[in-house]
Amino acid sequence: MPIGRTSAVALIGLAGSIVEIEVDLSSNLPSFVLIGLPDAALGEARDRVRAAATNSGCALPNRKLTINLSPASLPKHGSGFDLGIAVAALAASGTISATSVEAVVHLGELGLDGRLRPVPGILPAVLAASRAGASTVMVPSGNADEASLVPGVRVVGVASLRDAAIWHGGDFTPVVVEPIAAPAAVERVDEHLDLAEVVGNEDAVEAMMVAAAGGHHVLLLGPPGAGKTMLAARLPGLLPDLDPQAALDVSSLRSLSGLPVGSTLITRPPFEAPHHTATAASLVGGGSGVIRPGAAARASHGILFLDEAPEFPRAVLDALRQPLESGVISIHRANAVAHFPGSFQLVMAANPCPCGQYGAKDSECACPPTARRRYLARLSGPLLDRIDIQLRVARITAAKLRMSQETPRTSTVDAKARVSAARARTAARLEGTPWRLNSQVPGSWLRSRGPRLAPATTAPIDRALERGGLTMRGYDRVLRLAWTLADLDGAEIPTADHVGRALYLRRAA
Amino acid sequence: MAAKDILGRRGEDVAAAALITRGYLVIERNWRCSQGEIDIVAVDGRETVFVEVKTRSGLAFGHPFESITATKLARVRRLAAAWCEAHPGSYDSIRIDAVAVVLPSSGVPTVEHLERVF
Repeated sequence: MPIGRTSAVALIGLAGSIVEIEVDLSSNLPSFVLIGLPDAALGEARDRVRAAATNSGCALPNRKLTINLSPASLPKHGSGFDLGIAVAALAASGTISATSVEAVVHLGELGLDGRLRPVPGILPAVLAASRAGASTVMVPSGNADEASLVPGVRVVGVASLRDAAIWHGGDFTPVVVEPIAAPAAVERVDEHLDLAEVVGNEDAVEAMMVAAAGGHHVLLLGPPGAGKTMLAARLPGLLPDLDPQAALDVSSLRSLSGLPVGSTLITRPPFEAPHHTATAASLVGGGSGVIRPGAAARASHGILFLDEAPEFPRAVLDALRQPLESGVISIHRANAVAHFPGSFQLVMAANPCPCGQYGAKDSECACPPTARRRYLARLSGPLLDRIDIQLRVARITAAKLRMSQETPRTSTVDAKARVSAARARTAARLEGTPWRLNSQVPGSWLRSRGPRLAPATTAPIDRALERGGLTMRGYDRVLRLAWTLADLDGAEIPTADHVGRALYLRRAA
Repeated sequence: MAAKDILGRRGEDVAAAALITRGYLVIERNWRCSQGEIDIVAVDGRETVFVEVKTRSGLAFGHPFESITATKLARVRRLAAAWCEAHPGSYDSIRIDAVAVVLPSSGVPTVEHLERVF
C-alpha cells in the first residue's frame, strides 16, 4: 500500500501534541496536496519539501502526493513538519523503510538545498514527544544539543534530508554537508552585577534579600537616581539555581521564543525588563495564529522587572493580576487556548510623583497634590494588594557615601548564601504542605492553630488592624514577611522585632 | 516541421504503440476541432479513453507529467465532449489518461501511463 506514516509535534503554548503525518501516493499527475489546517508557513512546505528532496538526490515520485496532518482539526503552524513530510513521502514511494520512519518522531525545517534548519520550540516539542511515549526523535543537527536536554529519549541529529534517508535505510551514498548551526547562547550580563556596588541604602539591600528569600513581590518607590533599577537588577543574582523542572520550563520558554538555548539547561533564574511602552500582548503573550509567550511568561521562575511602573498603561498592568494570582498565564484565542507558566516574581519601580522629587530631602516637588495622587493611582489597588514589600528608597547623601566607605557592604555571594539558607529553612518548615516559599502560603494557614504566633508578638499588627490602619489581607502579608525575616535570621519563630520590621517593609509606601 | 513538433510526433507514435501493446484499440489520433486537439482516442474494454501525450527529450527541465496542468486537462475534458458529439454513438463511460514519454537522443524511450487523471 503506497502510504507512508510518521509523527511530528504541534505546539500550542508549551503543550505539544503528537501529529500523525500520513502521505498517500496515488497514480495521478504530479501534485502535492497538504491538508489538516496548516498555516501559511506550513503550507509552503509543499515547495520546500519538493525542492529539498530533488536537490539532496532523493527525489519524490512524479505522482500525486496527498499529505494529511492528523488530527485534522488541530491548527498546526511553523516549518517544523518539513522533515516528517519528506521522509513519509519517501517511505510511501518505497525509497526508505516505512517501518523505520513510522517509529520515529521527526522535527525540522528543510532548506531548498536539502539541509535541515534548526527550528524554535524543539525542547518543548521533544518533551511532548517523550511524554507521549516516543523513544526516538530525529531533529536537525543544529538542534541536537537542545533536544538532548530531554531525558529518556534517543535523539538523532541529522544534517540533511539525505542523511535522514540513509538513517532510515535508504540506498544512497553519504554526502558530507556543512550542518546549519543554531545561534549560540549568549551569556547574560546581569549575572555579574554585585550587591556590594550598592552604596548606602542598607534597608533596601535587606529588603532585596527578604524578597529573594521569600519570593515576595516588590514595589520600590523613590526619586530618580535613588538606585531602584540598580537594586532590581541585582535581585536575580541572589536567587538560588533553578530546580530541574523549573530549568526545563525556563529553557522551553526560551526555545519557544526563538532564543538560543545552548547545550545545557538554563539553571539561572531569568530576568525580564520590558519597556513601559509594552502592550498587554507583549507582556502576557498573544498573537492570532501562533500564540507566543510574552515577557511575563519568559520571566517565569525568575524576575519580571517593570521600571517606571506607573508609565505602563493600566490595562497592561492589570493583565498581570491573573498570573499573579494563579501562577499560570492563559491566552484565549478563537481557535485555541495556550497556557504558559507564569510564576514570576514581580518587581516594580516607580517615582513617587510625575516630577519624581516628592519626599526627597534634597529637592522640592513641583507637582500639585492631585497630579501626585493620580500618578500612583495608576497602579491599581488590586495589583498593589498583591505586592508584599512596598519600600521607599531614598537618594544617598554625601554623609552616607563617606560612611559607607568605612563599613563593609553585603556582597552578592554572602547574600545568596543567606537567601539559600533561609529558603532551605522555609522548605523544611513547610514540609508536607504544597508550598515552598513564604510568599505562597495563604494567610488562613498562618493564622491557624499550628503556626499561629503568640498574641504578644503580633500586638503591633493586631492594634493596626483594630485601628483600621491594616486590612485583613495586609495583616496576612505582614505575617508572611515576618516568617521570611525569621527564616533569614535563622530564628525558629518570628519575634515581635520581626513583625515590626515586616510592618515597616509593608507600610513604607 | 520544427524540432519540437517532430519530437512530439515521435512521442505520440511511441505512446500509441504502447497503448496497443496494453490491449487498447486506438480509434483516432490527432483529432482536431475549433477548440483544440486530442492526441489519442482509444477504447479500453467498454471505456472510451482520451489520452494526452507529453513528450520530453530528457528530464533536465522536469518530468513530462509536471507540465500537464489543470487547465490543459480541463481543455481535454471539453474536447472529449466535443468528440462524443461529433461521433454519435453510445459512450457508457469515458475517461482521460495521461502518457509521459521520455525520448533521449540515444537510448531506450520510457513510457509512463496514468489512468483517470481528471
